[in-house]
Amino acid sequence: MSTIMSNTTSVTTTSMRFAPINLGRWLVWSLFAILLVVAPLIFNKGASLSILCQMGTVMIFGLSYNMLLGQGGMLSFGHAVYSGLGAYFAIHAMNLASGGSLPIPVSLIPLVGGIFGMLFGVLFGYVTTKKSGTTFSMITLGIVELVFACSLMFPDFFGGEGGISTNRVMGEKVFGISYGPQIQVYYLIAFWLFISTVGMFAFTQTPLGRIINAVRDNPERVEFIGYNTQWVRYLTLILSAFFAGISGGLSAINFEIVTAENVSAVRSGAILLFTFIGGVGFFFGPLIGAVVGVFLTVLLSDFTKAWQLYLGVFFIVIVMYAPGGIASILMMNLRLMVYKRFGMVAPRLLLMVAATLLACVGGVMIIEMLYHLTLESANGTVMRLFGTEVDAAGVTGWLIALALVAVGALMFWRGRPAFRQAWDQANLEIEELIRKEHA
Amino acid sequence: MEFTLITLLNGLAYGLLLFMLSSGLTLIFSMMGVLNFAHASFYMLGAYFAYTISATIGFWPALVIAPLLVGVVGAVVERYGLRTVHKYGHIPELLFTFGLSYVIVELVQLIWGRAAVRYPIPAEMDGPLFTLYTTTFPMYRGFMMFIALLMLVAIYLLLTRTRIGLVIQAALTHPDAVEALGHNVPRVFMLVFGGGCALAGLAGVIGGNAFVTEPGMAATVGSIIFVVVVVGGMGSLVGALVASLLIGLLQTFAVALDYSLVTLFSGLGLSIGPGTPGFSVLNLTIAQTAPILPYLLLVLILIFRPKGLMGTREG
Repeated sequence: MSTIMSNTTSVTTTSMRFAPINLGRWLVWSLFAILLVVAPLIFNKGASLSILCQMGTVMIFGLSYNMLLGQGGMLSFGHAVYSGLGAYFAIHAMNLASGGSLPIPVSLIPLVGGIFGMLFGVLFGYVTTKKSGTTFSMITLGIVELVFACSLMFPDFFGGEGGISTNRVMGEKVFGISYGPQIQVYYLIAFWLFISTVGMFAFTQTPLGRIINAVRDNPERVEFIGYNTQWVRYLTLILSAFFAGISGGLSAINFEIVTAENVSAVRSGAILLFTFIGGVGFFFGPLIGAVVGVFLTVLLSDFTKAWQLYLGVFFIVIVMYAPGGIASILMMNLRLMVYKRFGMVAPRLLLMVAATLLACVGGVMIIEMLYHLTLESANGTVMRLFGTEVDAAGVTGWLIALALVAVGALMFWRGRPAFRQAWDQANLEIEELIRKEHA
Repeated sequence: MEFTLITLLNGLAYGLLLFMLSSGLTLIFSMMGVLNFAHASFYMLGAYFAYTISATIGFWPALVIAPLLVGVVGAVVERYGLRTVHKYGHIPELLFTFGLSYVIVELVQLIWGRAAVRYPIPAEMDGPLFTLYTTTFPMYRGFMMFIALLMLVAIYLLLTRTRIGLVIQAALTHPDAVEALGHNVPRVFMLVFGGGCALAGLAGVIGGNAFVTEPGMAATVGSIIFVVVVVGGMGSLVGALVASLLIGLLQTFAVALDYSLVTLFSGLGLSIGPGTPGFSVLNLTIAQTAPILPYLLLVLILIFRPKGLMGTREG
């Protein structure tokens, strides 16, 4: 018994150090807070403030989703149920508050969303977390369809096709804050984002947060050491649903409207795409995913009708070739930089990036011209592409596009072995360095 | 009586169509452990291929060519997509097919446009099959049921009476042993995936003109067939059949029944008006609840019989 005890303590001390004053952590969190404060001062043009607000809510949603997918290995197709229902309850609470029958300030409305998200997590999670893996995914899909179908059955609560709308400017001003100007909403979202991010990071350090990683990696062994894996999944899902509800409440304040789309499988699928693109293996992955995802949906959809195709293809490429997402790509390159090996791969990496860009430009041209031909040929076949006039029915545009794809693909294909060799060599040297350090 | 019989027949036709879809999904799942999220997208591809082919050389060649084409597409997807992801495990495979379903919908819109296309049922099938009391039963619906039953028998014979069927069954449980005996298991996987997709394509060919051929058609059946597979028991073909028929009948009957709890209570002599508490729930007709019934069934099955109707193992 004593040997087992000493073993566990030794394991704990190597994986988690006790550091009451962790300077690095203070630095990272302070930087995050400063970034949140100054972001609207830097990006202050036109619609960028509303995009920042949207990113903030999606970040909380993505982080809460990653508690399931990244930390628990639970692939959910129905996470929007919790954020959406949280948003519905938040917006009803706001309407009650402005009617005077519920004394609650707007700043605490996200908490209402969180609590109701959590309650539905308790309810639905009991059914979904009975299973893990693929079956769990299918059940979550069933639940989201169930809730979405219900939303059209109860128009009193869900507002039918038009949704429920509200006015966030209500009651007395508190310290001069009325939430009329968007900037005040931004700082509310930033505040809750910071709190939630700290909360969710703290969760990863708790015993529950550690054991859910074990449940993800090897549920059988976890059962053997005396944990009920279903309970672990259930508790994690409840907490995740709480944070999802907070993001739902914030989006209700931000948009002042909640529709049935908020609880749909489409919304759940979107957060899955964003989170995975950002990277599920790292805690901060969903933050990157939210930035990229909101950029793609808001900005790209202004430029092209094919943005969902690009999003889908991008996602598939990530799944196939970089299952750790953007975060893992960043971290791998960062590791090279830290160990001063980045110079070894940089020229070849640059070549590969250039090749990919060339092929992408060609591919985008082909897709855009095809889209133009099928959807907008009534307005003539001439279209604008990358600032120039291109005739989608003519030969020249197609020849250029195909040539770009061919050249890019050839460069990629020819450059790949050398790049791979340099990459492997650099990583090998780093591992050698690490071994020497430990020896 | 007339209502019951006609609704029963319609429910059976719908259930058999669901089975055509879910059988491929179940086959792929039980064999490879891959839940093909894009399965309904292959159903849609089948309908669109059949639309294009039948516009040029007619419906009957399309009935054969379109599923084969879909099967080839499926095999290519398995060979160059899924096989790459396979080493990462089942969740990435599911994610891959999830992304694929996005891309296929977009590609379909890219090629055929966003509106529904006119894909009519063939002229020789356009008419009543028989008349029951006063209601006619369309010939095409009978044809759908016939094709589905034909497919059911064909799968059964293929899996139990042929050599390749035996190899497939063996590879299901003991892939390593089958590989050791000299069979190319990855190729068998590719064939099964392509075959499963071809079955979905066949369902698309005959379902596309019975219902409507549009880019949203994959989403409308997509989640229902997952319900079928879970309710029937993951990986059980018989279970898929039973669950398809059950859900087909359930939905068809529910849509046709215009009764609510209010009707029941007023039949019992209680008067209920808009002032009664919970009126919005009591006033829901069975027809209005039809869309949620399959999902409700799913939840109930999971609570009371987690392995599904015919499932053998608890996953």
